[in-house]
Amino acid sequence: MPFTPPSVDDVIAAVAGRFGPLETSAFRGQTRLVVPAERSFEVLEFLKQRGFDLLIDVSCVDYLEYRDPPMQMPACAGSRYGLVYLLASTTTNQRLTVRVFADDPEPMVASVVPLWEAANWLEREVWDLFGIRFTGHPDLRRLVMPEEFTAHPLRKDYPLQGRGERHNFPVITRHES
Amino acid sequence: MSIAPTSFESLEVPEAATRSEDYLWTLNFGPQHPATHTTLRLVLKLEGERVVDAMPEMGYLHSGFEKIGEHLTFNQYVTVTDRMNYISPMANNVAWHHAVETLLGIELTPRCKVIRTIIAELARLSDHLLSNGAVGLDTGAFTFFLYGFYQREVIYDIFETLCGARFTNSYTRVGGVSQDFTPLVIEKIRSFVKTFPKTLDDMERLLTRNRIFVDRTKGVGVLTKEEAINRGATGPVARASGVTRDLRKDEPYLAYADYDFQICCATAGDCYARYLVRMQEMRESLKIVAQAVENIPTGPVSVGIDQRTALPTKQQVYSTIEGTISHFELSMSNRGFEVPCEESYAAIEAPNGELGFSIVGDGNETAYRARCRPPSVLHFALFPYLIRGHTLSDVVAVLGSLNIIAAELDR
Repeated sequence: MPFTPPSVDDVIAAVAGRFGPLETSAFRGQTRLVVPAERSFEVLEFLKQRGFDLLIDVSCVDYLEYRDPPMQMPACAGSRYGLVYLLASTTTNQRLTVRVFADDPEPMVASVVPLWEAANWLEREVWDLFGIRFTGHPDLRRLVMPEEFTAHPLRKDYPLQGRGERHNFPVITRHES
Repeated sequence: MSIAPTSFESLEVPEAATRSEDYLWTLNFGPQHPATHTTLRLVLKLEGERVVDAMPEMGYLHSGFEKIGEHLTFNQYVTVTDRMNYISPMANNVAWHHAVETLLGIELTPRCKVIRTIIAELARLSDHLLSNGAVGLDTGAFTFFLYGFYQREVIYDIFETLCGARFTNSYTRVGGVSQDFTPLVIEKIRSFVKTFPKTLDDMERLLTRNRIFVDRTKGVGVLTKEEAINRGATGPVARASGVTRDLRKDEPYLAYADYDFQICCATAGDCYARYLVRMQEMRESLKIVAQAVENIPTGPVSVGIDQRTALPTKQQVYSTIEGTISHFELSMSNRGFEVPCEESYAAIEAPNGELGFSIVGDGNETAYRARCRPPSVLHFALFPYLIRGHTLSDVVAVLGSLNIIAAELDR
């Protein structure tokens, strides 16, 4: 018997009652909520108060080379970066995915560190690998790449091989040191 | 000739502004240190022996696993997941293909579900043996570590019999597993189930009531329930703080709904509670393995070749036309799986916490984006919060009890 996740219809209805209708979609029992970037913080704050107390993940997708623009989310088709906030509730075991879109040249989203401390490193990782700025983040430094690194390697226009690799680094010989 | 400076007045001596920070000293812990076990770095601010603050730093093992995931097919990438949490690679294999099958909408055969449950629980056993063993090792209990590692060898032997690899197994495939269970594997698991409780009793007798160990770990690195949720802790770390979240019960995947087992929780939230939770979880995992190995359903291990999702066995490829066609179709770069232009997230309760993969499909048989949600990152971010106010010797106890695996941390 496959497991059916608990419904989040009540939360969607509550969000719609508070913020007006937002675009939702579902796939394999997972509900997504698309939130405009300028309202992302207040919607997420509201969701936290509604019981989504656990922030599972903050990640990002670069839709630069996507075959179709994100078809399942037509309201934000054309945006390059789609942030993924995975929320969960420790009491009701509901799960909800919140999608926030950002675009070049200055992709910027409000940080949710004031809501969940867990977002601190996750947002740093997104900044490091995708170059999305999180406004209001207390400590937005690179997380996995070295500090002097200049690019954002998980962007689709960054090649798998060839750029920023070790053989390109300046070499200090014994003679010079 | 006088060597004395001509005038002392010319030397600018700064005003002696004594601040409390001037008495602090900084200690670089890692990236290469025996007690970090892997390559991670901590910059500790110490006042005498007391840790005032800690700055964790990661990235020394970053190898771009998520970028590689965008260039390898769903079946190829399983070899990379082995290298994430390499002390329980089987759990990562299961997590990755669980996520892939969620995206593709593949329903596994009952036999495959049970086999994956067994190997995931064996992976949990070997992970907890090592992580608890490492806490013992770092706090001075070397014998305990060897007891644990001896049993890990037995689990390695089971995996070797099963798929030929001891360490990096790459065992699962889309829609199935690479090798079916043989009677010898089942026999080895049975004998492990029989002999392991005795070792577990021995380990508990060695350490659980050991005065030195209890003094080193009790009350150290306390994580409250609110902070555990707020900071995204999952797995044994959260359960030791009273968060009763376990995906095996809350979102029963694979065959977990069929077995009788308990979720182990503690309320203290210190290093000792995390040790106890892991110890108890091993007994529960053993219960699951014991129940599952006696009730493995018969039937095919991979989904049928008519569904064209799982690679057929070599026997099928060489002796049936359907097998040959299916193998050919799945191996061709422009055929392969039917991948929806969609995105989904699926997680399992890995030994370390919630290990999930967000996969974005774009019709190709490689993921457009393969995001791994590693529990270690969030646990490592906890570290400064847990260590503040404790002594330098507690650093290794806290670090060990969080069970941070740098390969999973950096990916």
